[in-house]
Amino acid sequence: MSVHLLLDGVSRSFDGYKAINDLSLAVDKGELRAVIGPNGAGKTTMMDIITGKTRPDSGGVWWNQTVDLTRIDEAGSARLGIGRKFQKPTVFETHSVEENIALSLKAERSVLATLFHRQTAAEAARITELLELVRLEGDRHRPAADLSHGQKQWLEIGMLLAQDPELLLVDEPAAGMTDAETMRTAELLRSLAGKHTVIVVEHDMDFVRALDCRVTVLHQGHVLTEGSLDHVSANPEVIEVYLGR
Amino acid sequence: MTSLIDRRMGIFLAGLFVLTVAVPIGNLAFEGKVVPSYIVSLLGKYLCYALLAVALDLVWGFCGILSLGHGAFFALGGYAMGMHLMREIGDRGVYANPDLPDFMVFLSWDQLPWFWMGFDNFWFASLMVMLVPGALAFLFGWFAFRSRVTGVYLSIITQAMTYALQLAFFRNEMGFGGNNGLTDFKDVLGFPLQSDATRAGLFVCTAIALAAGLLIARAITTSKLGMILVCIRDAESRTRFMGYRVEGYKLFIFVVSAMMAGVAGALYTPQVGIINPGEFSPANSIEIVIWVALGGRGTLVGAALGAILVALAKTLFTGWFPEFWLFALGGLFILVTLFLPKGVLGLIEDTFARKKKPAPALQEAKA
Repeated sequence: MSVHLLLDGVSRSFDGYKAINDLSLAVDKGELRAVIGPNGAGKTTMMDIITGKTRPDSGGVWWNQTVDLTRIDEAGSARLGIGRKFQKPTVFETHSVEENIALSLKAERSVLATLFHRQTAAEAARITELLELVRLEGDRHRPAADLSHGQKQWLEIGMLLAQDPELLLVDEPAAGMTDAETMRTAELLRSLAGKHTVIVVEHDMDFVRALDCRVTVLHQGHVLTEGSLDHVSANPEVIEVYLGR
Repeated sequence: MTSLIDRRMGIFLAGLFVLTVAVPIGNLAFEGKVVPSYIVSLLGKYLCYALLAVALDLVWGFCGILSLGHGAFFALGGYAMGMHLMREIGDRGVYANPDLPDFMVFLSWDQLPWFWMGFDNFWFASLMVMLVPGALAFLFGWFAFRSRVTGVYLSIITQAMTYALQLAFFRNEMGFGGNNGLTDFKDVLGFPLQSDATRAGLFVCTAIALAAGLLIARAITTSKLGMILVCIRDAESRTRFMGYRVEGYKLFIFVVSAMMAGVAGALYTPQVGIINPGEFSPANSIEIVIWVALGGRGTLVGAALGAILVALAKTLFTGWFPEFWLFALGGLFILVTLFLPKGVLGLIEDTFARKKKPAPALQEAKA
């Protein structure tokens, strides 16, 4: 297996506060990885650095071992094939559910291409397929603002899949979902692994257990330990900083 | 996909068409007895404002860029046309100098500055009407959007831009007639500007420009690009993470809008007969925002309607109680903000919708 994403000794501080401190992390192609950690452990900043929103003060971030991710912006990372789902679901509220998916579809992103774009039959079919997958087929013409919190989570997952990214960064996907939905999300993410590389940031331990994958524990911007969920939960340091509290 | 001409656009264009036919006929066929000549120019001026409002609605209503300096693009278009009209005067000026406009003779300049070259040609001037505001918008937008200046900060620097231009154009050394601006125009393309037929012609041209502007704006906003503009307005950061380079989209719509404003200004100058630095004043640019908010932001047709309504109210009010106009305008703005979030157009459409479906309770029960 080749390393898909490599963070190599990354540090970043905000006004003297070290949000990320010598963080090293390697994720293989096709791997499903869960990242857990208490609040303020640097999970969101880590995602910001991977997607080019925040530049690290030091250290390297490598994509496919060749592309330097510290030199590109958000749109650039998305074009490379990094898709991100936010903790707070952000969908385009005034657009319909269907349009939200249509705008996310993998396609030419330039100004002129979008100005003269006409939807193809293949695109329409793909939209319907995705809407069925996230069970929003019946709501396709409703404005996204009308959806419930859980439905918005699903819509955003649909938008992420529409981008067909190589790497999915998923921030707390289960927030606001029912137990059954949470399990379904875990199942969906497991099924994506292999074809896509998936990194999930999560708080919900049942959800992480359901993902059944390698877990990285972050603490104060640094990797505390890595391994199976059972392995990390047995680690006394982890219990002290996170599980014990 | 949404159609190019929806209901509201259809009704507005039909109304505009009737006006375009009726006003010139009412003026020319009855020698000004049915529609007096001054009304023709006045209505032409309103339509220029309407086109300017559509231009602002494109950037503000759809992309969330609250420009408080759109008057600058309008004025630049107006100046470009004014420069051509000055050259058209030829030796009929007060000083009868065939080579230089009056104000340059007055300043004892002995030759035409380089930036006046080419403006003898109508088509060159028409090109500049769009290119100059477009180039300024490109330059300004390139730096502002790349540095991710947004929200109130962007509004303030657009305001500063138009103010700086106003101060610059006030200076005689700039070569644009200083305080007095450009005026005393004689004719355009050989047609005397004082004649009723020319005024009617300019009115028709303005109506066509407004219709074209509305259709272009509608075509842009109903395209995929238009939907992305709305994404940027509502969740800019999210749009970036989908792979769209937000600054490119903003720059595109800002430049298109500035060019449209330039055309509006170019049509304004010959109908009003003067263009001066007052057009750059920040208050003018703020008034454009009021037109759009009042008519209905993000509706295009509403923006045009808002401009016409406010301009009409201004004409009437300043006739009746000249001192109170600004209070009336301010009051109008507050009322619309408080009670008509969707503007006048929203009010009209809601009223019609209610008449059509008499029982809103029934609707809710169905849903």
